Amino acid sequence: MRTLLLPLQWLVEFVGSVGKGARFFVHLCWLAVAALRRPRLVIDQIHFIGNYSLSIILVSGLLIGFVLGLQGYYTLRRYGSEEALGVLVTLSLVRELGPVVTALLFAGRAGTSLTAEVGLMKAGEQIDAMEMMAVDPVARVLAPRFAAAVFSMPLLAALFSALGVLGGYLVGVAMIGIDAGAFWSQMQAGVDWLDDVGNGVAKSVVFGFTVAFVALYVGFNAQPTPEGVARATTTTVVAASLAILGLDFVMTALMFSAN
Amino acid sequence: MKRSGVDLLVGLFVLLGFGALVFLALRAGNMSSAVGLGPTYETTARFDNIGGLKPRAAVRSAGVVVGRVSAIRFDDKAYQAEVVLALDQRYRFPKDSSVKILTSGLLGEQYIGLEPGGDPELLAAGDRITMTQSAVVLESLIGQFLYGRASEEGGK
Repeated sequence: MRTLLLPLQWLVEFVGSVGKGARFFVHLCWLAVAALRRPRLVIDQIHFIGNYSLSIILVSGLLIGFVLGLQGYYTLRRYGSEEALGVLVTLSLVRELGPVVTALLFAGRAGTSLTAEVGLMKAGEQIDAMEMMAVDPVARVLAPRFAAAVFSMPLLAALFSALGVLGGYLVGVAMIGIDAGAFWSQMQAGVDWLDDVGNGVAKSVVFGFTVAFVALYVGFNAQPTPEGVARATTTTVVAASLAILGLDFVMTALMFSAN
Repeated sequence: MKRSGVDLLVGLFVLLGFGALVFLALRAGNMSSAVGLGPTYETTARFDNIGGLKPRAAVRSAGVVVGRVSAIRFDDKAYQAEVVLALDQRYRFPKDSSVKILTSGLLGEQYIGLEPGGDPELLAAGDRITMTQSAVVLESLIGQFLYGRASEEGGK
């Protein structure tokens, strides 16, 4: 009888934890808006989360642009359509690679640091100390980080895509010798600012919410020991990455299948 | 790190990010041509078949974009498609101009080709262009060709 009830128990626990997570998410969103009234906190966090991610995002964007340019050229050359390289590189970046790769790198770089920071604060009893002083730790510590992450993600994704386009240009036009005019004019004709760039920005905003929520939730509920923090950072990267890829599929199906 | 140092760096980051967004929208995308038409006046035209024409498709005269398709409606009194064309106010066309639905390239997107007529009176906002030619539907062409061949064979 006991063993029959076990799956039911797991189901109840699972649904309960989903509810707990949803409540946490709504609470965070609400407090994040309130945190904007204390811009100093948010600006500091944008510095830690956004500025410190710049080096990896910019360099990765440029390198991925280089690779897209090369691979795209080799394939297009077989069909005599080398001049479509601009459209190929830009659409790949703006629709998919920009938001997704940026989000994955962001989860690895900023997500883990957020989780580790919050987990260590919990391990060091700083969270409890704040509660003792009647300071809401979620509002003081978590909400500014949430707001900063959601704000930084779209900017980082745009920088990634822009540098990728530049990388494709450097490889295609400067290195290989495709006509620059054809590169830019076909790109401008083929990339729609709302349907392609706009959808990419929407995706990156959703990914920002995802990474921030996963990182902060896992950190806040980590075991307050060094091992617990280490396991929490792993959980953040794995869970955030899978969530990003899953949400990317859903959003792509919603946004781009209408044509 | 000093207060002003942090603010400066964050400000730089935000500016760079928005700059990248603007670059993507304007230089990599088509925002400047999609939005940059300026003031327009609207005219309508009725077609039997609009094929694959979509809103925001270009209206070209002599190959130059002079306007955009702003809306496509169905008129259930005349059972025809009614297309609203927003033409740039800088360009005026005679009242007897004709419009055709053309395809860019062989299998590309469809656009409206506007050919000026010879009437000294010009089109005003709200006018209807009467001379229209519908889109070429591939199936009807094939049907016509086969029917023509069949009647040729039958006559021998």
